[in-house]
Amino acid sequence: MEYLGQYKAVYKAKSGCEDILAKSQDGGIVTSMFAYALETGIIDGAIVAGPGSEPYKPEPMIATTVEELFEARGTKYSISPNLALIKEATRSYGLDKIGIVGTPCQIQAVRKGQLYPIGLRDVPDKIALAIGIFCMENFPYQGLFQMVEDHCATKIDNVTKMDIGKGKFSVYTERGVNSQIPLKVTHKYEQPGCHVCLDYVSNMADISTGSVGTPDGWSTVFVRSAAGEAAFNKAVEAGWIIAESMDGVKPGLELVEKLATEKITKNQAYLEHRLHKDHPALKPLRNPYI
Amino acid sequence: MGLLDKLKGLLFGNETVREGKQDAKPGVKPADTKVEQKPIITKPKEEKPVADKITVGHVHMSGCTGCLVSLADNYEGLLTILDKYADLVYCLTLADVRKIPKMDVALVEGSVCINDECSMEEILETRENATIVVALGGCACYGNTTRFCRGGQQNQPQHEGFLPIGDLIKVDVYIPGCAPTPQQIRNVCLMAYLLLKGNDEQKALATAYLTPLMNLAAAGTEACGCDLMTEVINQGLCCGCGSCAAVCPVRAVTMQFGKPQIERDLCIKCGACYAQCPRSFFSFDVCGQYESITNLIGEVMKP
Repeated sequence: MEYLGQYKAVYKAKSGCEDILAKSQDGGIVTSMFAYALETGIIDGAIVAGPGSEPYKPEPMIATTVEELFEARGTKYSISPNLALIKEATRSYGLDKIGIVGTPCQIQAVRKGQLYPIGLRDVPDKIALAIGIFCMENFPYQGLFQMVEDHCATKIDNVTKMDIGKGKFSVYTERGVNSQIPLKVTHKYEQPGCHVCLDYVSNMADISTGSVGTPDGWSTVFVRSAAGEAAFNKAVEAGWIIAESMDGVKPGLELVEKLATEKITKNQAYLEHRLHKDHPALKPLRNPYI
Repeated sequence: MGLLDKLKGLLFGNETVREGKQDAKPGVKPADTKVEQKPIITKPKEEKPVADKITVGHVHMSGCTGCLVSLADNYEGLLTILDKYADLVYCLTLADVRKIPKMDVALVEGSVCINDECSMEEILETRENATIVVALGGCACYGNTTRFCRGGQQNQPQHEGFLPIGDLIKVDVYIPGCAPTPQQIRNVCLMAYLLLKGNDEQKALATAYLTPLMNLAAAGTEACGCDLMTEVINQGLCCGCGSCAAVCPVRAVTMQFGKPQIERDLCIKCGACYAQCPRSFFSFDVCGQYESITNLIGEVMKP
């Protein structure tokens, strides 16, 4: 399980709160965890991808109440620079215990920021709970817009949910699934920076979660750090989250591992390709990893 | 180390007064109960001088002292560092030493005014006397605001040429940013201690930690918000996380459509945005162990 990182436990889980499940992407894990953490003081605010000026254009926001948290439910398949608020959260919002949700690259940025706080004065010890999501790739807003409006022939204002799963990008409106396109079509709209990413399941998060591996309506949850373990176990005890064993769950960890391996080996090959060893006339491109 | 000792004395002294008062609260305890006066300081102050501390100096070139204030802003953490891991052997502001002595680590703040002979001598002496030279803060690393100097100011109008120290001497480690953060300076000091005094395992950790900062030092003396474009976006590496926007001290970086937008006229060239970017450098070896390293730092910083 090399590509799944270190973890203390893995669960099939979903929210224990019907309100959250009603508008959640899958199991509603992120919203439930933060809602529980907010209610119990594990965190005093969470940086989440809130609604932006245009439909499905996420804008980072700091939720300090469960109501605000609910505004950010559901996945938006575009870039939300959540890290941009990490210092502001400790300043004008005065947070001492920050929750942050992010893609694997954003969680990497959180950890780098904690160990190398070049410009993050007094921030490193204020990150209380970093929840990572599974992420294959992300799309710039214009790319997402084109996928929805051109390829799926759906007005983005009418979309009620978007989803990636089983090899398809699906767009839902009030009438249900409106349009589906094969993921292959979406590849050209991916953010280039995603192609050098070597993390699929947020290996450095306190808790990481995503839909892959568990049946519809559930999420796969990796509990990784001591802080993550403490918070998750308490949330389960308090009934905010229903967690079950992954044993015998189909498609299970095998699929998670398969996708992780696919993404990481593909991107490792791309990083190798960027060195232009086959083309001595081309100078190498920069490799960020040391 | 006049001021510094006084500072320590003041802090410990204050504690003595506070605790003494609590013990002697009148009317709380029955009169016949013997109030046992607890010795406040059980050990003499320097009972076991740590023999293998490293020596650290702060060299003040053309800078605003903000970097030094940042070092001091570790508060009691600074005292822990000075008690256990490092002796501050040179620091014009805090220690009464005039000549730059031999030392393990020189933290150099500020750029060098090449029109000032004294500065030129001092930067040379620093290099000759220090095993590791750390450029502390944007000015020493990249020039920062001193890049915009053009002379004509009182009271030294002829001082117009300012260079980052890396343009004059070989620099080993960079700590960019304006100001660099107390925690970053603390981490570098602790890692320098582990590198020079630790066991093999600790040395390996310190080397892994310091390597990216050494690479920054090797990469040159020019920084700008533009680096986000030339070294990250142009190279197809930006993941749109927003770290750069968070750390810019002058808010020259904003995120628009998921990518940094740089207001170049505002940029002071401190180098924080690029150094903080997860795609400027990223070490899985170091960041993957964030939990144990954070615990380690917490442990060793206990007073």
